Amino acid sequence: MAGKPKLHYSNARGKMESIRWLLAAAGVEFEEQFIEKKEDLEKLRNDGYLLFQQVPMVEIDGMKMVQTRAIASYIAGKYNLYGKDLKERAWIDMYVEGTKDLMDMIMPLPFQPAETKEKNLALIIERATTRYFPVYEKVLKDHGQDYLVGNKLSWADINLLEAILMVEECKPDILSAFPLLQAFKGRTSNIPTIKKFLQPGSQRKPPMDEKTVAIVKKIYGI
Amino acid sequence: MSGKPRLTYLNGRGRMESIRWLLAAAGVEFEEIFLETKEQYEKIIKDGSLMFQQVPLVEIDGMKMVQTRAILSYIAGKYNLYGKDLKERALIDMYVEGIIDLMQMILVFPFSPPEAKEKNLDSIKERATNRYFPVFEKVLKQHGQDFLVGNKFSWADVQLIEAILAVEEKVPAVLSGFPKLQAFKIRMSNMPTIKKFLQPGSPRKPPPDEHYVETVRKIFMK
Repeated sequence: MAGKPKLHYSNARGKMESIRWLLAAAGVEFEEQFIEKKEDLEKLRNDGYLLFQQVPMVEIDGMKMVQTRAIASYIAGKYNLYGKDLKERAWIDMYVEGTKDLMDMIMPLPFQPAETKEKNLALIIERATTRYFPVYEKVLKDHGQDYLVGNKLSWADINLLEAILMVEECKPDILSAFPLLQAFKGRTSNIPTIKKFLQPGSQRKPPMDEKTVAIVKKIYGI
Repeated sequence: MSGKPRLTYLNGRGRMESIRWLLAAAGVEFEEIFLETKEQYEKIIKDGSLMFQQVPLVEIDGMKMVQTRAILSYIAGKYNLYGKDLKERALIDMYVEGIIDLMQMILVFPFSPPEAKEKNLDSIKERATNRYFPVFEKVLKQHGQDFLVGNKFSWADVQLIEAILAVEEKVPAVLSGFPKLQAFKIRMSNMPTIKKFLQPGSPRKPPPDEHYVETVRKIFMK
């Protein structure tokens, strides 16, 4: 039997953070190998470890998995966070794609020049409050259950909590008009595995700082 | 039981084309509604049909599905094009995600400014030739089977044939270094459902032209 999953990425959130969330929520311990300089990435490429020459890469169950969605889907499926049938999976997929679109707007912010950043921040807040959060508020309101899909914790809930916390870092009172999401946030944050992940010393990564931005730029030559 | 799936999008490829390919390859007949004006688009947003106010929209099995990947995953799962177990699904997901990254470059190409077009075309050619096609050439070479995963036709094969043809439209000799992919292309093109889709009069859409680009700008941009 294979050991713990091993994550290959920079020591930063980026595209790997959603995978860290998912593994942590599922109660799965994992190891991390951080890419700190260009040579680390080159080595992974030269060793043939990266199917499309890119990270994230997660060694899991004898596979060297790449492509964030593929990895997350596999983990969700393996740890029963993907609904009970095809239709529940469809809803989970739709919800996850939405929160992903929102988080994808936030990810590039640290790399953008000041005025672009300001403009995009305003767009993120607009999208969060008028396009994305209303959807999840309504879902929770319509069925009155604790979780988004099938009355059971799924990838959709984990991804939504991650997105909420990320947007709150941009605007702390972003949930002011969304009482059910506030309750959802409180509830989901208290799930033991997630609570543990939210505590200092966990493998959760902080928002990007100047130093990390510089390291990442150097590794990828951007 | 509901009728045929109903697709709502522009009368062009865009993000809906992969869905048309997959349904067609699965032998599933579908209907299409084409958005031609901003008012039409605003109306379906107002109707609440679009979860995140975006198309593609596919009405299927009583659901108003949005988010391209969610839709594709559902169709693949429903029509047995998603492998036999979690691991095969993981491989299919990895391959599909890689191909989608390549297709994304083609998707945005018509919208790039004239001065950037030559550079972008070179990027498409470079990525197809050095990053993506070699992977699938190697997969086919290593197992010597007709299909990418599990010796059985899957979503990955459909996505790959779509990508090969799309790249060939821009870079006609792109498969010259890939004999296995050349054979794969012929084999897939001759599968009855795909062969039918490749014939004139099918729901397959032509490459984007000026009119399509104008329509996108008119409908989606402020």
